Amino acid sequence: MSQDTAYIVMKNITKTFGKVIANDNVNFSVQKGEIHSLLGENGAGKSTLMNMLSGIYIPDSGSIFIRGEEVKFYSPKDSINAGIGMIHQHFKLVDTLSALENIIIGQKTGFFINKKSLENKIKEIISAFGLEVDLHKKVYDMSVGEKQNLEILKVLYRGAKILILDEPTAVLTPQETRKLFAIMRKMKEQGCAVIFISHKLNEVMEISDKITVLRKGKTVKTLNKSETNPQELTELMVGHPVDLSIKRLERQSSEVVLKVRNLRAVNEEGVEVLKGINFDLHAGEILSVAGIAGSGQKELCETIAGLYPVTSGEILFKEEDLVGKTPKEIISKGISMSFVPEDRLGMGLVAAMDIVDNILLKQYQTQKGLLLSRKPATAKAKEIIKKLDIQTPSIYHPIRDLSGGNIQKVLLGRELDTNPEVLITAYPVRGLDINTCYKIYDLLNEEKKKGVAILFIAEDLDSLIGLSDRIMVLSNGEVMGILDARKATKEEIGLMMLGEKIKKTEGAYAV
Amino acid sequence: MLFKIVKRSEISKEKSICIRILAVLLALITSGIFILLLDLNPLEVYWAMVQGAFGSKYRIEQTIIKAIPLIITSLGIAVAFKMKFWNIGGEGQIIMGAFAASFFALRFPDLPRPLLLSLMIIAAVVAGGLWALIPAFFKAQFDTNETIVTLMLNYIALKWITYLQYGPWRDPAAQGFPKIPNFSENAILPDLLGVHIGWVIALALVFIMYIFMNHSKLGFEIAVLGESENTARYAGVNIKKTILLALAISGGLCGLTGMIEVSAVCNTLSVEVTGGVGFTAIVTTWLGALSAPIILVVSFLFAALIQAGSFIQTAFGIPAAAAQILEGMILFFVLGSEFFVRYKLTKNGGFSLNLKKEVS
Repeated sequence: MSQDTAYIVMKNITKTFGKVIANDNVNFSVQKGEIHSLLGENGAGKSTLMNMLSGIYIPDSGSIFIRGEEVKFYSPKDSINAGIGMIHQHFKLVDTLSALENIIIGQKTGFFINKKSLENKIKEIISAFGLEVDLHKKVYDMSVGEKQNLEILKVLYRGAKILILDEPTAVLTPQETRKLFAIMRKMKEQGCAVIFISHKLNEVMEISDKITVLRKGKTVKTLNKSETNPQELTELMVGHPVDLSIKRLERQSSEVVLKVRNLRAVNEEGVEVLKGINFDLHAGEILSVAGIAGSGQKELCETIAGLYPVTSGEILFKEEDLVGKTPKEIISKGISMSFVPEDRLGMGLVAAMDIVDNILLKQYQTQKGLLLSRKPATAKAKEIIKKLDIQTPSIYHPIRDLSGGNIQKVLLGRELDTNPEVLITAYPVRGLDINTCYKIYDLLNEEKKKGVAILFIAEDLDSLIGLSDRIMVLSNGEVMGILDARKATKEEIGLMMLGEKIKKTEGAYAV
Repeated sequence: MLFKIVKRSEISKEKSICIRILAVLLALITSGIFILLLDLNPLEVYWAMVQGAFGSKYRIEQTIIKAIPLIITSLGIAVAFKMKFWNIGGEGQIIMGAFAASFFALRFPDLPRPLLLSLMIIAAVVAGGLWALIPAFFKAQFDTNETIVTLMLNYIALKWITYLQYGPWRDPAAQGFPKIPNFSENAILPDLLGVHIGWVIALALVFIMYIFMNHSKLGFEIAVLGESENTARYAGVNIKKTILLALAISGGLCGLTGMIEVSAVCNTLSVEVTGGVGFTAIVTTWLGALSAPIILVVSFLFAALIQAGSFIQTAFGIPAAAAQILEGMILFFVLGSEFFVRYKLTKNGGFSLNLKKEVS
């Protein structure tokens, strides 16, 4: 692959942050009309490498060539001018503006803006790439998938020929992912180069032409998709052979800890989002909740934690009704919710605070007196960092500077540490690399062994079937059925997610 | 463009101090040009400013007296700001505190001194706190915009005092002059080491508020709420209660400033009681990075600047406006330097030009 045909060549790139070598002599090149995946564990240096390509960081040494000519980027603007567009994990959109306004802001236009002609130009791009964006919709009304489409449209409008998608599917449902892949293929057809960062091997295998694996800041290998398989990729990423099966422990007891009866709730628009939910949760079991995004999972979690108003029904924790209790009272009963929302930092953690203060968040209520003691939180912080292998300069570093996976580990580490009796965890492995995923499954199994009742909301059906005892499928705010995970198949669950009710429910509630 | 602005990723302590010192030097040079235009020697004026703020025991005392209201008000505003509740109503809260204190001072002038002063302090804190609770209540209940509500309440408070001064509380013995009677001796804060005892209160409050903001449960809840309401709810914080408590403290401290000013400095209530402290304190709070110890230092330096300004007016016979221009200029540069601490200018080079050719 000579430099003449390669769209981008990054040669011998090195970047250090203080003592940490994030990129060590990395070589990476992408051809025109190619979807190139970048694989690696958290902290392997993927984001750093891409941030240098998009002008956010400046490499310490090494060179970047675009169409054979060497370029130097001092700011994202330089990179945009060179035709590179990056779609970040955290969207950079103005909530109160419409899609169209979000595209126009920051652009050099005349004093007056000719919205009509701009709109026509943008509509051409929309149809050329098959994007789904309503130009006059406000961003705060958009779903995550729509926001992502808008981000893509924004960079395409700015003339990007090289697109970097940083873990774009981490926040998408399977359906939205499929649509995104269609868009990526269109880009490829139009001669764009697409760089795709993901942890999900099946997605990488589905969409890419070439795959480059990074490990600990170094390029391990660049492979053609057709000549490799997930097992090989995993081994290259992790550096040693990995067992890709999930352990399932037997259920420990039959004691019912949490009973939910006829739970109903409406959202702000008055639409019923939970339509009479019934289930039992036993001590020492993992009950998974499957469903298409927006089927009521979020509301179910939040009602149990006392964060969402209940219209009717009961949530019985050891025969005591939790409905109407404040979050504080519910926490004090030993119910922990580690809810990882669609945008990780939205609820659960304070981005500007360090790990110690974020751990304190769940401890301070139980401390006596008016003053705080940070000592136990500091000790816990050190412990959690070690146990979960969290990459951070220090425990006193604001968590917003950590990578998504590390932030997730802080959240989960804290929740597991409160010794809960009921643990509600939503999407705990979203955006995490394989090694960490398995670490978190192990942690959940450990809690299960201790007799904790776990309500596990997840999207990856394989891990869901592998890990849980029973699977409850939600569709449009209703329970479609509860399956025995040992007998359930993906097809069966898929049909139920789409709204097919089943009569038989395994070991379900006894009303 | 030849230069462009780039956000600094990190900055060393030495460098940031360097930038700030440079800013002060630049301010002095620029102001020097202005002083030359006034036909005065800048060096003399600067030396006089130092002398004016710190040159004698009396002047240091004056500087401290000016610093006290700034410190206490800034501490109060910092509590609200930490919660990202933009309390622009310090002015009104000071006035209402001053009003409540004056009510007791004028009504019961013959009560024993400790009792009367205690009553005045309690009344001022409660009144300032209640005045701040009005916007807090509307914010908590209806999510109204606190900036506008607190700002408007300032004017209501001010006009209320104007009404009192020209109406019911007017001193009949003042020969038609619209003023409120002076307080009795018992309603005046005692001195300690030459300055009224407010300085002890201010120093104690710096310590208390430092502990409160960094090591108390409520302080922690306020900080969490300021960062993310969702997370606060999730952690079990009672949102409405926290907003109300924080603002009661914020307004209470401002109210206390009002009491100290009427009692120790003015000895009576008037429409000029605040001297704009409620607004100036917003600047010192922000420059103090919402941290109590830094607020102490910043407020003191700010008071020195004001004191120096008023000194050179008399010493050189320059108009008050000219002295204020100097104050403003120095402040402008120091605030401006904050920008350079956060951002840096880099040379653009010929790079972008080359690039355009490539892409097209």
